[in-house]
Amino acid sequence: MKKTGVLTKIYIALIMVFMYAPIAVLVFYSFNKSRSAAWGGFTFEWYLELFKSHSIMNALTNTLLIAVLASLFATILGTAAAIGISNLRGKTRLFVQNISNIPIISPDIVMGVSLMLLFTFLGIIFNFEMGFSTVLLSHICFCVPFVVLNVMPRIRRMDDSLYDAALDLGCTPFQAFRKVVIHELMPGIFSGALISFTYSLDDFVITHFTQGARFQNLSTEIYSLLHRKIPPTINALSTLLFVVIILIMVLINIRDRRAERKK
Amino acid sequence: MKSKLLSVPYLIWMLVFTMIPLVMIAVTAFSDNNGHFSLEALASAFPYTHVFLKSLWIALLSTVLCLVIAYPMAYMVSQMRESTQNVVVMLLMIPMWMNFLLRIYAWVLLLQSGGPLDTLLSAIGIHGSYTNNTAAVIVGMIYEYLPFMFLPIYTVMGKIDKGLVEAAQDLGSNKSEVFRKVIFPLSIPGIISGITMVFVPSASTFVVAQYLGGTDDIMIGDIIDRIFFTNNHVGAAISLILMIFILIFLVLMNRFGDEEAIV
Amino acid sequence: MKKALTVVLCISMLGSFASLFAGCSKTDAGEVNVYNWGDYAAEGQYGLMNVIDEFEKETGIKVNYTSYETNEDLYNMLKNSNVSYDVVVPSDYMISKMIKEGMLLEINYDNIPNYQYINNRFKHLDCDPENKYTVVYQWGVTALVYDKTKVKNKPTNWDVLWDENLKGDILMFNNSRDAMAIAMQTLGITPSTCTKEDIDKASEKLRVQKPLLKKYVMDQVFTEMETSQSTIAPYYAGDIAMMMEENEDLDYCLPDYGSNLFYDAMCIPTCSKNKENAEKFINFMQKPEIAAENCKYLRYGCPNDEAIKLLDDEIRNNELTLPSEEYLDKCYVFGNLDPELYEYMQEQFVNIQAE
Repeated sequence: MKKTGVLTKIYIALIMVFMYAPIAVLVFYSFNKSRSAAWGGFTFEWYLELFKSHSIMNALTNTLLIAVLASLFATILGTAAAIGISNLRGKTRLFVQNISNIPIISPDIVMGVSLMLLFTFLGIIFNFEMGFSTVLLSHICFCVPFVVLNVMPRIRRMDDSLYDAALDLGCTPFQAFRKVVIHELMPGIFSGALISFTYSLDDFVITHFTQGARFQNLSTEIYSLLHRKIPPTINALSTLLFVVIILIMVLINIRDRRAERKK
Repeated sequence: MKSKLLSVPYLIWMLVFTMIPLVMIAVTAFSDNNGHFSLEALASAFPYTHVFLKSLWIALLSTVLCLVIAYPMAYMVSQMRESTQNVVVMLLMIPMWMNFLLRIYAWVLLLQSGGPLDTLLSAIGIHGSYTNNTAAVIVGMIYEYLPFMFLPIYTVMGKIDKGLVEAAQDLGSNKSEVFRKVIFPLSIPGIISGITMVFVPSASTFVVAQYLGGTDDIMIGDIIDRIFFTNNHVGAAISLILMIFILIFLVLMNRFGDEEAIV
Repeated sequence: MKKALTVVLCISMLGSFASLFAGCSKTDAGEVNVYNWGDYAAEGQYGLMNVIDEFEKETGIKVNYTSYETNEDLYNMLKNSNVSYDVVVPSDYMISKMIKEGMLLEINYDNIPNYQYINNRFKHLDCDPENKYTVVYQWGVTALVYDKTKVKNKPTNWDVLWDENLKGDILMFNNSRDAMAIAMQTLGITPSTCTKEDIDKASEKLRVQKPLLKKYVMDQVFTEMETSQSTIAPYYAGDIAMMMEENEDLDYCLPDYGSNLFYDAMCIPTCSKNKENAEKFINFMQKPEIAAENCKYLRYGCPNDEAIKLLDDEIRNNELTLPSEEYLDKCYVFGNLDPELYEYMQEQFVNIQAE
């Protein structure tokens, strides 16, 4: 069971080539002296320019902060909702599940515009302007259903008697919940969080409509260049992000391997 | 664990951020510029029928291909050592953290004549451009959404009780029987989640077809994007129809899956 | 894996908090919210000046600089959301629509002394005949770019975009205004005064063209032309000047009967809360040194006569950046197109693409 076959290795390697080919292109062009798609010689220029650009650095931190907070809140809200929904029965349950899928099936632009109208309406009543908080709310909004979608199958497959057993063994309901339910659901919760984080990092349309005058994230920054050329500094930024993530992965992996060997 | 109350905050949330905006869309679709009831916008959406069909067709193809690629992979990965599993899953997600538009742009460069694929195939005498057609659009879709097919299937597979597999083996089932009778049926909820998470966004996405497709590859998401600000009634009407199509698809899906699945 | 995510999240959180604090250091002189086209100012690229930073340094006013992609986006944000922008940069036809709908504030030109440098052609615009609301930021014309190794006879006008011999290698504007205008010109219709029937005729012309096209493009035109993937395309002249620097095989053509002269002007929307700062910003952008930096970066037409004097000969004599006065006289402006007609045009263009 634990030994990885050759076929498996080849298959996964092929998929990885497919997934990383475009990344390789981005890295390649980040060193391109020419601003066009033709190769014009090697340069580090774009990396230096990147750190000088306030707008890009600002957009980067905004993007990361929103992604972290949105996936955090969405995961909490979504997990609670999934447990709640699984305890509902019959028509009510069907109804709630259907509503839950609406954000997933609405085209981004529709959701973006409708949220903009909503926030404008609320903004006039409560006197606030769109900005960081409205973007965060919108991101939580489209992330939650993905958490629900990922946690639900886990709940369905979970043995109810485990929770009861924990209670019988003297756990308080909270302890039983934390140690049994959350533990059992963890892979689902985790993939929900991961997907939320990923969607939030990538979102353009909804951010565009809810960001207001002072907020800009990476996607809105890049998409606004649609009638012009994408500057190579953005490639440099992607390359750096990529390198940082890979480094973290490698470090953690090395540590895990060591810990495993000690055992 | 038995608490239905956990779904209450979610319900309130959904009411404010999903139901109200949805009602706004419906109202917009069924009214004219003066705010009177009108079916005109709905009628204006009619000429786009074949774009609808084409989008749904492209989305369907992409979803099926994603499933065909991701399912064996999820199975293979779930059989690996846990630390290796973690690395593979992470490697699959990292490309998604680079910006969406940049990844699509990178695909254009990969597929164009004189690009890496062309150079590779030229070695065996085939020369040409592989972008600006429907196949390129589908490649782009698979690239964008493959991890969202993989993740839910993998999550469910990891949850399958090893004891069940061993029991089946003890009872004399060979490998393919174990797969057919134990693993596949138990992974169906994951498949359904995966299909939802790939089909829905690929049916409504924009930009992908605009970048990778030819003059005939315009998708309904692009139409909504272009028409919304010239005539938001028509835009809303098209969105509404798209959502209904997707809903029908999900209901059909549900017929095939178990009754507790989505919708 | 979970640990990996936790660490990534923690690091990004730390980074973000740091930026929050950095954002708190507001200056006393207040703020100005600028909403401009994407990548539409010199911000330190190619060793040029970062004009936004320069403005902040000089005045102590903090600039919140965000960007949009189309005039319609801008209109929608101003109309439907309660956001306060102080400076926006709509194009010709959008300006007239905004003025009609009372969305712009009158500018106090006494606060913009650099307005004196603006060329007379760009004062009293068609869309703002009383000259109350606008200070032109950039202008330009549309032109043809083509690969001279593949196009045998030097083109003289848009007709070449319907050439059967170039089938599959032609690119076309993916925006209704520019595409329709080109079709109208080939039919002898003046786009600025077109009627519904004219739009229908132009649509027919574009339908004929569609099978000949490789693609409808906007920004992708750069990659397509710079790497010789396509043979011919219409685009904005300033951008063509940039493409020609990257690929020696490219040449350009300004249609002999003139083309579309467009301008994007700085305006102050009614939602502005810092009108004085907005005027300071507008004035700053028209300082000759600053306007010249922008022109060096963008290669679009510069409305500021003093700034033009500061440019290198190479840029100043480039017909694509600064076409001759005689040529501009032949061009037309989308000054006052009826909004409903404009909507109709956009819908028709989407229909052509959807068929």
